[in-house]
Amino acid sequence: MAVADQQRVSYIASQAADIRLNVELQTEEMTLNLGPQHPATHGTLRIIARLDGEQVVKADVVCGYMHRGYEKLTEVRTYPQITTLINRIDWLSSFANEVPFILAAEDLMEVEAPPRAQWIRTLFFELSRIANITLFIGEMGVQLGAITPVFFAFRDREYVLNLIESATGGRFHPNFDRIGGIKDDLPKGWIAETKDAMRRIRGYCDELEDLLMGNEIFEARTRGVGVIPAEVGLSYGLSGANIRASGVDWDLRRDAPSPLAWKELDWKVWTHPDGDSFARYWVRLQETREATKMVDQLLDGLPSGPIQAKVPRIIKVPAGEAWCHTENPLGEMGYYIVSQGGLGPFRVKIRSASFHNVSITPWLLEGVYVPDIITILSSLYFILGDIDR
Amino acid sequence: MMFALELPYWQLTIIKTVVVLMIIPAAAVILGYVFLLKMMAHMQSRMGPMEPGGYHGWFQLIGDGIKFIQKEDIIPSEADRRVFALAPLVVLISTFLLYVVLPAGPRLVVQDLDVGIFYALAVSSLGVIGVLMAGWASANKYALLGSLRAAGQLIAYELPLVLAVVGVVIQANTMSLQGIVHAQADGAIFGISWIGNPFILTQIVGFGVFLAAAQAELTQTPFDMPVAESELVAGYMTEYSGFRFLFFFMAEFGTAFALSAIAATLYFGGWYQPFFEDGIMADILGPVVLGAKVMLIAFLIFWIRFTFPRFREDQLQAFAWKFLIPVSLINIMVTAVFKVVL
Repeated sequence: MAVADQQRVSYIASQAADIRLNVELQTEEMTLNLGPQHPATHGTLRIIARLDGEQVVKADVVCGYMHRGYEKLTEVRTYPQITTLINRIDWLSSFANEVPFILAAEDLMEVEAPPRAQWIRTLFFELSRIANITLFIGEMGVQLGAITPVFFAFRDREYVLNLIESATGGRFHPNFDRIGGIKDDLPKGWIAETKDAMRRIRGYCDELEDLLMGNEIFEARTRGVGVIPAEVGLSYGLSGANIRASGVDWDLRRDAPSPLAWKELDWKVWTHPDGDSFARYWVRLQETREATKMVDQLLDGLPSGPIQAKVPRIIKVPAGEAWCHTENPLGEMGYYIVSQGGLGPFRVKIRSASFHNVSITPWLLEGVYVPDIITILSSLYFILGDIDR
Repeated sequence: MMFALELPYWQLTIIKTVVVLMIIPAAAVILGYVFLLKMMAHMQSRMGPMEPGGYHGWFQLIGDGIKFIQKEDIIPSEADRRVFALAPLVVLISTFLLYVVLPAGPRLVVQDLDVGIFYALAVSSLGVIGVLMAGWASANKYALLGSLRAAGQLIAYELPLVLAVVGVVIQANTMSLQGIVHAQADGAIFGISWIGNPFILTQIVGFGVFLAAAQAELTQTPFDMPVAESELVAGYMTEYSGFRFLFFFMAEFGTAFALSAIAATLYFGGWYQPFFEDGIMADILGPVVLGAKVMLIAFLIFWIRFTFPRFREDQLQAFAWKFLIPVSLINIMVTAVFKVVL
């Protein structure tokens, strides 16, 4: 063998050794597919995460597995039928879904519900907020591995659901709001029961503050995890407690003109400067407390009078366009109704909070550990029906 | 057990094997019933199963066992069949071997080894081989992540477990579990020798470290990263069904019982009671006394399990290496100094 050949052979061998070494040192990325069926997503959200060990390199969120086509369905239904439908968007706080839609329709029809109806609307709005967020407060624990709080959540949410059921007839989907008012007045003895339930919910909040928020492991798992700076959150269109936890003092109940009774109550918008998962949890806990206080005030100041304005028996909405948004438990929820006259709308655009809230996850999940995916997802708190509609 | 000692060796071995084989499911059922179905249900303000069997639903877990046996044994098509099938047995064998050195009375011990506690801690870590086998053979990414987490956790927490025990071994001058019981029985607290000198009084730091590390060995809640159900579905058990899943379940609770018994032996005087030094009565009362202490320690373990959220992987490792190991090393040093001085 010639010298040149020998040199070439040794060169190739060294190259091969180098490649082998590189291959050995290189770690392989793994694609982990979380969902659509996965215990952490409480619904059918799919996250495709590329992992380097336990660290997320890149995560994509795939939604739409629960798309039910509500925007299209509204086009072939009358206004009273649509309230039944939109109850199912955010199924944990169904009544709160009805309110902005009815308000937008009322805006087009130029009717206004009497004060008592507005107060009762506000009352149920806040009750459904409590029913929704109590579940989050407990469920956050179960996502972090503490199974006990979620049972407390189910126990105490039951009181609120019972209240909603006894007044409206529906536990989950009350379908109680009507154009120009509400369906029924409150039943007898309901006010005292509600006050008792609110006391229990406040006790529940204290209990969870002790059990979960005071826990060092909980703090270690949530503090500094999934930090959303205010400007990033705003650019992604975050709303509700998610953006208030980033220090943005913005609450539609206070900041948007609304016929509902929030303006007449004494309450506070809670914000937290940190923007991490702990802040989001903390803000929601405070909001639940605040909501119970609002319910108490609403019960004390409930005006007398009719609960239904005069509206025609067959509801026809005149041609026009209207937009109404409210501060729902999950964030800003709005309906843009385009009417061409007639029994049903021509087009309805539903702006639901969770769809926008979940859009930030690919940005948030970059570089976190696998357990933090769960922390971040559960602290953003979305409802699948609210994402996919 | 006097009569048993006169039996030939092979008969004795069979009796011992059968007894240990029966203890594991019995221990799993007792712990599962008392803590999983009753205590957890009570803590979470809900009712555990009340109907099966008549009294407080005592039959529930046995019924669950029957249900598991009836279920289809699913092996994923991509799985490494032989390893997949073997893994639960390996985990169970590690539990089985733990019971070999556990003394429940002066003569109620399968084999009193001179290196008893060393042996027990060694075989307790065998289970992770089964866990790794299960995770690798399942051909499932969740299972793989779970089993790798389990391996990392075991390496980290085996050390504080051993180091915590070293304090006891220094004080007792022996590694035999029977010898440790006698060392505590013969001791005295400031001259009062009625209940001996349980090492919990001097080794309280060691006990805390041991309990935390045992919790991690059992992959129970603050340290349940390997089975973290909200992220890894069920970790290494994801693909298991039917009686193979039951094996994992039994191994987990059987090991919880065994580690509680070891803790009771090391720190609470084991089977010793002050009334009968030796003889048949000590053998009868021994298991009762030990059982009561086991339930006490198991209560602590499960109390923590149902209260805390879980650590993240890096926090879990930091807790072992940066806190538990230094603390147990200091504990050894202090114990050794006192041993020399006194």
